[in-house]
Amino acid sequence: MKDSPVIPSAWRQLRQHTQARIGLGRAGTSLPTSAHLDFQFDHARARDAVHRALRADALAEGIKSLGLDPIAVHSAAPDRAAYLQRPDLGRRLDGASRQALEPFASPGEGRPDVALVIVDGLSAFAVEQNAVPFLDLLLPRLDSAGLTLARTTIAMQGRVALGDEIGELLGASLVVVLIGERPGLSSPDSLGVYMTFEPRIGRTDADRNCISNIRPQGLSYDVAASKLFYLIQESRRRRISGVSLKDETGNDGAVITAAASPERLDHK
Amino acid sequence: MEFTHSVRGKSYRFGDLRALLAKASPARSGDYLAGIAAADDTERAAAQMALADLPLKVFLQEQVVPYEDDEVTRLIVDDHDAKAFAAVSHLTVGDFRNWLLSDEADEAALTALAPGLTPEMAAAVSKIMRVQDLVLVSRKCRVVTKFRNTIGLAGRMSTRLQPNHPTDDPVGIAASMIDGLMFGNGDAVIGINPASDSIPAVIALVNMLDEAISRYEIPTQSCVLTHVTTSVEAINRGAPVDLVFQSIAGTEAANKSFGVSLDILREGYEAGLSLQRGTIGDNVMYFETGQGSALSAYAHHGVDQQTCEARAYAVARKFKPLLVNTVVGFIGPEYLYNGKQIIRAGLEDHFCGKVLGVPMGCDVCYTNHAEADQDDMDVLLTMLAVAGLNFVMGIPGSDDIMLNYQTTSFHDALYARKILGLRPAPEFEDWLLRTGIFQPGPQLRLGDALPKPIQHALAQLA
Repeated sequence: MKDSPVIPSAWRQLRQHTQARIGLGRAGTSLPTSAHLDFQFDHARARDAVHRALRADALAEGIKSLGLDPIAVHSAAPDRAAYLQRPDLGRRLDGASRQALEPFASPGEGRPDVALVIVDGLSAFAVEQNAVPFLDLLLPRLDSAGLTLARTTIAMQGRVALGDEIGELLGASLVVVLIGERPGLSSPDSLGVYMTFEPRIGRTDADRNCISNIRPQGLSYDVAASKLFYLIQESRRRRISGVSLKDETGNDGAVITAAASPERLDHK
Repeated sequence: MEFTHSVRGKSYRFGDLRALLAKASPARSGDYLAGIAAADDTERAAAQMALADLPLKVFLQEQVVPYEDDEVTRLIVDDHDAKAFAAVSHLTVGDFRNWLLSDEADEAALTALAPGLTPEMAAAVSKIMRVQDLVLVSRKCRVVTKFRNTIGLAGRMSTRLQPNHPTDDPVGIAASMIDGLMFGNGDAVIGINPASDSIPAVIALVNMLDEAISRYEIPTQSCVLTHVTTSVEAINRGAPVDLVFQSIAGTEAANKSFGVSLDILREGYEAGLSLQRGTIGDNVMYFETGQGSALSAYAHHGVDQQTCEARAYAVARKFKPLLVNTVVGFIGPEYLYNGKQIIRAGLEDHFCGKVLGVPMGCDVCYTNHAEADQDDMDVLLTMLAVAGLNFVMGIPGSDDIMLNYQTTSFHDALYARKILGLRPAPEFEDWLLRTGIFQPGPQLRLGDALPKPIQHALAQLA
């Protein structure tokens, strides 16, 4: 058999030390076919995560199995192309959704403690895979603390801040947004959770706390649920969320952070 | 001042200079998001005609962000070199394009002109230039900078080795560094985006890079890309900082959103200079920029994102940087939607930087929610390499596992060097030949054996 035209990297052993794509070898000085196609496959998965529509009906069935009765809503972004180019539209409900939620508003006395909002975000795949098992571990904790829930919503073409309008409409004192995060090449299925006290339109990222990278190969559902439960209790006790809440929980900084501009990509 | 232009019996009006520039800008999502883009293609083409008729002098009389409100405008106006500007002061924007394309505008003329140009002039003319114009003129410009090697010489292209790791694990970082060096990358800088901004963590990385560069006598420089104030503190604590990094933008308010001002940048610049770590030059700053950053901070003052970006280069050139890097596709599709927009923006940024006298490189990159892929990056990399950019990124297999985006790989840099005969910085090239990573000869060829220093490093990591 003729030798492969690929020249392997003599330092391949270093691959054990990092997930980075090192020691790939070379064809001439270019990327060998297998490394090239591996990359293309991973990019395709990330792209599909961004573009595949949320299977809202199936997700609703899963949520119902937890004893909740979700309502489907839609942001003001009509489709994915608009969603990607107009973040402002993804932060607001469309007219029909606003009307649909009005009967469930509970202002003043008897306000619900927590509104759960499940949003497709940039990865419907992340939401479909992770939302139900995560909630399955979170709900008993909320229940044990006697917290009441607003009507749960499943939102299409939504950004994190869509939870502000929904939470405000439902009169909830705190909103928890479960959202698909921007897919990485090797993590197309990451769920993010954002918590905002006293949600209302105009809240900024500085008002939120975030738990990121919730997925089977990332932060486990159980750890994420207990961290969120801790944050919810602290937020209710101190009547705040965001940057100032994070300051008191510093040792968890790597995971629980004040939302570091989830939609604003600063420079590197 | 209002501007009007008539084409084929129809009159187009533009409320002020900002509106004219914004509507003349080639289409991109960020200007639509800001609500300042042309309503349709015809209005855009008419705006470009109106802009072409505008005398360059207008940009000295009317500012897109008021002088009183913005220190970047004050920097642009106060530092303007009228003598250097004299060579083109009689021209309109349209004839400025013609002049730039002419043989009269050679390397010497363009170098002499740079301090006489304002960012708005560069941005304006770029809006009426095609991609080939941007390439042709950029290629005539030369901006050479030095620290431990010489970057930006004709026929050379450098790379930033970017060995990022999601938890700053020193062994993981070292593994990516070895990979990059073995592919001949790292002459612009070995630069880490740290996962942690804590000062002890940053200092540990600075020390680690310093040890590697000293032990293996690599003629390059290091940088930990943390906030300028963190670098200053690290320097105060005795850390061996080579380059001082900061992200910058084109308005005072946008810089404020990054936690910097011209005064803070000056502190960083002076702290970097004070260490005198450069062996052959004292360009100590590394800046990153990118279209859309001002808008993302609601700090664009109604100015289009490409003009805002060019203004960032006025901030950069004040501090004589070694490297300025436009991170063109990092910010996302709400600012640059697809490959076409990213490609054009990268070439505009490189052109504007070079004519303003800034040592431009480019992070040829995209995120997974942009309508772009590796083919688009190949096109932009090739065009920029032809245009003579100073440096690109080099990362293992194009995949940044810390920042979750895709940029050019070590292999990509070798591709660009190979097809165009581009070589690394001369001092670094000597080191590559000395160690046997490169083989001698006119063609780029990698060595067959593991060099001694790399064998040593491997043994340490095993």
